[in-house]
Amino acid sequence: MPSLDDLKKRIKSVKSTQKITKAMKMVAAAKLKKAQENAERGRPYSEKLQNIILNLTKSLSEGSNAPKLLVGNGKDKVYLCVVITADRGLCGGFNSNICRLAKSHFQKILKEGKELKIITVGSKGHDQIKAEYGDFIVHKKSFKEKKQITFKEANEIGKKVIELYEQEQFDKCLIFYNNFKNVITQIPQAEQIIPTFIKQEDKNKDKALFYEFEPDEDEILEDLLPKNVSIQILKAFLENAASEQGSRMTAMDNATRNAGDLVDKLTINYNRSRQASITKELIEIISGAESL
Amino acid sequence: MSQEFKIEIISPDRSIFSGNTDEAILPCFEGQVTILKDHIPLITYLRPGIIEIGKNEKFFTEDGTVEFSDNNLLILATTIQSLKLINAKHKNNMIQEAEKELSTSQISDKQKYILNYKIETLKQIN
Repeated sequence: MPSLDDLKKRIKSVKSTQKITKAMKMVAAAKLKKAQENAERGRPYSEKLQNIILNLTKSLSEGSNAPKLLVGNGKDKVYLCVVITADRGLCGGFNSNICRLAKSHFQKILKEGKELKIITVGSKGHDQIKAEYGDFIVHKKSFKEKKQITFKEANEIGKKVIELYEQEQFDKCLIFYNNFKNVITQIPQAEQIIPTFIKQEDKNKDKALFYEFEPDEDEILEDLLPKNVSIQILKAFLENAASEQGSRMTAMDNATRNAGDLVDKLTINYNRSRQASITKELIEIISGAESL
Repeated sequence: MSQEFKIEIISPDRSIFSGNTDEAILPCFEGQVTILKDHIPLITYLRPGIIEIGKNEKFFTEDGTVEFSDNNLLILATTIQSLKLINAKHKNNMIQEAEKELSTSQISDKQKYILNYKIETLKQIN
């Protein structure tokens, strides 16, 4: 049985932890709003870019020498996985969820006898992955000191990916990130960015307008596709940023509530043992007086 | 009948401009293009230059992709700024950066072409 003093100390420490988690929750809530806005504002751009690429591919004649970024280089041997996580912890299952999904993909890739290369963005993911798959990591990046991720940072990663592709270091590229659905739900996602993934149903939707191209399709695609890679990565970044804050908010909300429960329990314990010691003292006094 | 069509400029982090206009001049990769209503569907991309919308709105862009269909003009640009927001100091910085980049030897002809246009356009802004 802990002494009264011990209990008092514990209550105090839990209370101060609660204050921290409460503050973190409020900070996350404020940041979430901004991150969410950013993610939503980023969506039209990537959607419309995909649309244009779709229109372009429709009018590409079959069997022409389409850019490799679009149709792939025909091989399926080396996979590059870009795992995007946060730089900070204390946000619930956010980082672990991405890593778990990524690891299950890694296993599958290795099982099929294919080669694996990993780029990690964000230090938390790197820490989790390097224990098991450290040998496969070819590049790591962290934007810890950046307050907000913009196109510039995404482009940096995009350029790196394309550079590796041009050196034929890999055949397919996947990115892993958390898709922001709402504050409570974030869905870890794997998305193929090279070769550009086009949904089959979209392909069949045939309302091809006859576009005029200037210069010609191939040149436009050459300009567009690297940009598309960066944009997809940016989209992942933005979704991730919103997810991170959302996840942290829920996690901290839970922590605050748990701390509250714990304080209640400890307080009851404290009061009981105080009462017990008072009763004990009284009994001692009374029985002392009786024996006189 | 109105001669206006819809125009939208989007950058990765926000919508820059959206509205109606009767004329838009774009710095396309192979030369300037003016778009009027009922232009045929077009997809093209931009080099650094000035986008003019109507008479009042001007934007400096470094790159972009353009799609025109059904009287909707869509410009996707990664680096774009309204001319009203560019001041002399900012402009000179950008020129210097571009010139520095141009002086490094390891760039392709295409990049040179783009950088030259960037410098030229920036110098014209006042």
